[in-house]
Amino acid sequence: MQVSMTVNGTEVSRDVEPRQLLVHFLRETLGLTGTHWGCDTSNCGTCVVLVDGVPVKSCTQLAAMTAGHEVRTVEGLADGGTLDPVQQGFMEEHGLQCGFCTPGMMLTARALLDRQPHPDETTIREAISGQICRCTGYATIVRSIQWAAAHPAAAPSDQEVRA
Amino acid sequence: MQVPAPFDYVRATSVAEALQLLERHGEEARLIAGGHSLLPMMKLRLARPDWIIDINDLDELRHVTVDGGLLRVGALTRHADLLDSEEVGRLFPIVHDAERVIADPVVRNRGTIGGSLAQADPAEDLTTVCDVLRAEVVVAGPAGERTVPMAEFHRGPYETACGQNELLVEVRFPVRAGQGSAYEKVERRVGDWAVAAAGAAVVLADDGTIAEAAVGLTALGLEGLATDAAAALVGQRPGEEAFAAAGRLAAEASAPVEDGRGPVDYKRHLADELTRRVMRTAVARAGALTAVPGG
Ligand SMILES: Cc1cc2nc3c(=O)[nH]c(=O)nc-3n(C[C@H](O)[C@H](O)[C@H](O)COP(=O)(O)OP(=O)(O)OC[C@H]3O[C@@H](n4cnc5c(N)ncnc54)[C@H](O)[C@@H]3O)c2cc1C
Ligand code: FES
Ligand code: FES
Repeated sequence: MQVSMTVNGTEVSRDVEPRQLLVHFLRETLGLTGTHWGCDTSNCGTCVVLVDGVPVKSCTQLAAMTAGHEVRTVEGLADGGTLDPVQQGFMEEHGLQCGFCTPGMMLTARALLDRQPHPDETTIREAISGQICRCTGYATIVRSIQWAAAHPAAAPSDQEVRA
Repeated sequence: MQVPAPFDYVRATSVAEALQLLERHGEEARLIAGGHSLLPMMKLRLARPDWIIDINDLDELRHVTVDGGLLRVGALTRHADLLDSEEVGRLFPIVHDAERVIADPVVRNRGTIGGSLAQADPAEDLTTVCDVLRAEVVVAGPAGERTVPMAEFHRGPYETACGQNELLVEVRFPVRAGQGSAYEKVERRVGDWAVAAAGAAVVLADDGTIAEAAVGLTALGLEGLATDAAAALVGQRPGEEAFAAAGRLAAEASAPVEDGRGPVDYKRHLADELTRRVMRTAVARAGALTAVPGG
């Protein structure tokens, strides 16, 4: 079946099987492998993307169900050469180790800050409680999100600074 | 990689169309709401529908409104919507108690009240909540709509009064002045299904005794309310003695099974302990409500 949706601001349309999960649509059909895929049982949250701005587990949603909606993946976080404050925060505060949980964590953080620009620590911890960091770097993930909240204006990326 | 077996997908644009599609495709068709119970089951081949009817576009099923002494919640209302509603938390704190511990925030963005009640998983939390609040479920079918009390809607694990060609459209909660309610769950880790949980709702008489009580248990093998526990509470002065009696009767009514979440003795102990705790909280909240004029 033909499935059309907006992914990171670009209209895409592909012929897919109705049973294709959104995570595989993004990774395999569109080649956007920034969205990770882990437990496959709706538990780990590494596959989280934003659908109409809301974090969802893309292993538990059909691509077909997402037709007509707006999807944002980690590839859509930076604005051109400018990193999103959340990405910058993860760099500043060492919010990632192996990086497997990172895309999902950053998207949930983005959605949280869009809704609530100054969340307290409990709110941050609650927001990411559906996502597992197997490196157990929760303290630095929380600090990364706090950094982003304190620096809402995106900082220029290394590349831009060098240019 | 876990992928569902092949099926055809169709999106309904109205309740009437969803009902027609259910009629046309018969036994092989399944509605999908949040998909957070159905898709995991399809990945495991525990469900193998030939047709998936997506009802996510039915905005008329996504509402939370208070109207004539009833809180009306559309079947497609997400867990997150219920948690976001201050009015729901004020009128029925038990709903917020439960929603805070249903799955995790990301799952709650998708899972719906209709899907939860229709799925009727024995460890599902909202069935107990709806039971103790004596909610009614509105079911639409080929012959029109009918209203089914929770006690008749929920028939047992994975079984409800909603027929294959029917659709759950709304859940209605009677608003009771002065009611106090609470829910408490023990889980192995954040986001997990209940090891055990209990819910209670009470209304106090003017003299401070318990006028009405309802107690329900989740994942403890009890279908419907713990009626003996509730009967033991009515007419009593709220306090540890009455709560202990209710806890003991709730534990006796429970029929837990041993599984990875714990042995029978432990779960029976939880039935007792959690019943006491939710009664304490429900009574405290009932007091708080009557103390606030117009609250
Ligand atoms: C990791 C994880 C943890 C979870 N933990 C908990 C928990 O702790 N407690 C808890 O209560 N739940 C838990 N859940 C379940 C969650 O609450 C689901 O959202 C819920 O059980 C089903 O809702 P849904 O909208 O996703 O239903 P779906 O998966 O879309 O549907 C479930 C069933 O209901 C039917 N259905 C859906 N809508 C209707 C309707 N309007 N009318 C008639 N039939 C309908 C479908 O055909 C299907 O058979 C968990 C889920 C996951 C993935
Ligand atoms: S892969 Fe989706 S939650 Fe783990
Ligand atoms: S950084 Fe390795 S899983 Fe989180």
